[in-house]
Amino acid sequence: MIHIIAFYLFAAMVVASGAFTITARNPVHSVLWLILAFFNAAGLMVLVGAEFIAMLLVIVYVGAVAVLFLFVVMMLDIDFSELRAGFVKNFPLGLSIAIILAAELFIGLVAYSGGKLELGTPDGSAAPLVGESNIENIGALLYTRYLFLFESAGIILLVAMIGAIVLTHRERGNVRGHQNISKQVRRRPDEATYNARPEIGAGVDL
Amino acid sequence: MTAFFESLGMNYEWAWFIATICGILLIALPLMLAVAMIIYVDRKVWAAMALRRGPNVVGPFGLLQSFADGLKVFLQETIIPSAANKGLFLLAPIITFTVALMAWAVIPFSSGAVLADINVGLLYVLAISSLGVYGVVIAGWASNSKYPFFSALRGAAQMISYEVSIGFILICVILYAGGNNLNGIVESQRGFGLGIVNGFFFNLLLFPMWVLFLISGMAETARAPFDLTEAESELVAGYQTEYSSMAFALFWLGEYANVLLMCALNTTLFFGGWLPPLEWAPLYIVPGFIWFLLKTFFFFFVFSWVKATVPRFRYDQLMRLGWKIFLPMSLLFVVLTSGWLMITRYGA
Repeated sequence: MIHIIAFYLFAAMVVASGAFTITARNPVHSVLWLILAFFNAAGLMVLVGAEFIAMLLVIVYVGAVAVLFLFVVMMLDIDFSELRAGFVKNFPLGLSIAIILAAELFIGLVAYSGGKLELGTPDGSAAPLVGESNIENIGALLYTRYLFLFESAGIILLVAMIGAIVLTHRERGNVRGHQNISKQVRRRPDEATYNARPEIGAGVDL
Repeated sequence: MTAFFESLGMNYEWAWFIATICGILLIALPLMLAVAMIIYVDRKVWAAMALRRGPNVVGPFGLLQSFADGLKVFLQETIIPSAANKGLFLLAPIITFTVALMAWAVIPFSSGAVLADINVGLLYVLAISSLGVYGVVIAGWASNSKYPFFSALRGAAQMISYEVSIGFILICVILYAGGNNLNGIVESQRGFGLGIVNGFFFNLLLFPMWVLFLISGMAETARAPFDLTEAESELVAGYQTEYSSMAFALFWLGEYANVLLMCALNTTLFFGGWLPPLEWAPLYIVPGFIWFLLKTFFFFFVFSWVKATVPRFRYDQLMRLGWKIFLPMSLLFVVLTSGWLMITRYGA
């Protein structure tokens, strides 16, 4: 009973906040609706018993990715009328993407009802460690059967990260603001101050 | 508690529902009281360290000071700036407050005394604490004012930076405990140090992690010396500048509930939670939640001690500490810890 109420609550919230994400006038509101959608999707994951995935969804998407989205969108100065102007021009493209997505959904539904794919059994008896929590099960799969795929995914992410740093890094030679932290820490009051005793009206050289 | 309500003749689902509601109230209401008293303690500690008296007028020894302050803000007028984004402006303090309460659901107060005994407990804490940044960011943006906005940018960058190293520190703890459940983590600390000391801090690999966790916890809750989001000499009051009345009070309560949560996490993860400090039978006469509260209170004292004595960091120093010192160090310790466990616990 509570499960059913919770499912319909989360599902309705995901769909509604997804709709609000694309219809909101203010981009910041849009990002906030997106966050609500992530959050409710995590709720759905908990309901199907995938609590590890749910927590990762919240930590990675809500806690890090969406914060950066919000961070960027907040600082943009967006002209809404200019944004609206491209609507007619981009409408055919958007419509075709929407049709492709709908077709894929439909194909997926048909394939599912056809029952050709055997992905596992809902009672969890196909898990590598039956009766253990799903963190242990995911670990047991990732670090044995899918070890090389997992590591290559990690390497791709590492390369992407280094690439982003290399692309945005600029060598700026004579720019103020370079600090020698250990020098700052080593500094003592008697070497930091001195009594200059300047001539009246002469001032001091800094 | 579910069993008790079932014995009153309810079916399981309703009994569970009502037991959960009761559990939430049993945690949230004493927590609010604790926050009110801890604000008083905080002010008394600062006062003592500055050779002042602190609050001493309202009630005996000034004990009712926080309640007087609460009544004052409750009776104030809520001012919403005309240029503010009204909905989000009011939503921000609610988010901060709610998120600060949510993480308490998995904290074990005593053996088995936990609202949600889930096996992703520590990940849940990490997930919820990563939501805390939204209150600050939304408040800063919705206020439509420059100082709150600066504060929001600082807050977002600061909290994300320190969450990364907190994540790695938690991995070390999880590796030693062999699980994510907070009750399991507490249990695995029983007699951890030479069979006598209860707590993960008694370990050369985990003690440095505890120090990092304590400091990162201060940065994560934007507590002094890392309170750059509300640096009054630069940003007026940071993201709270435009707030008044209950909205402001919600920020305050949320902030202190978060600080208490960090103290409780220090206790649970490194100092044996509700276990007595030493594995010695007479110490078990004192109930577990008393030990838990004592340890948490001790860490709160450390937090206010630091706030009273340490000057505020500069922003670039904060970022340097987070990314160039804490992150490599915690990463190194993840490698060292897993290597050590591989040799000693899972070896051969």
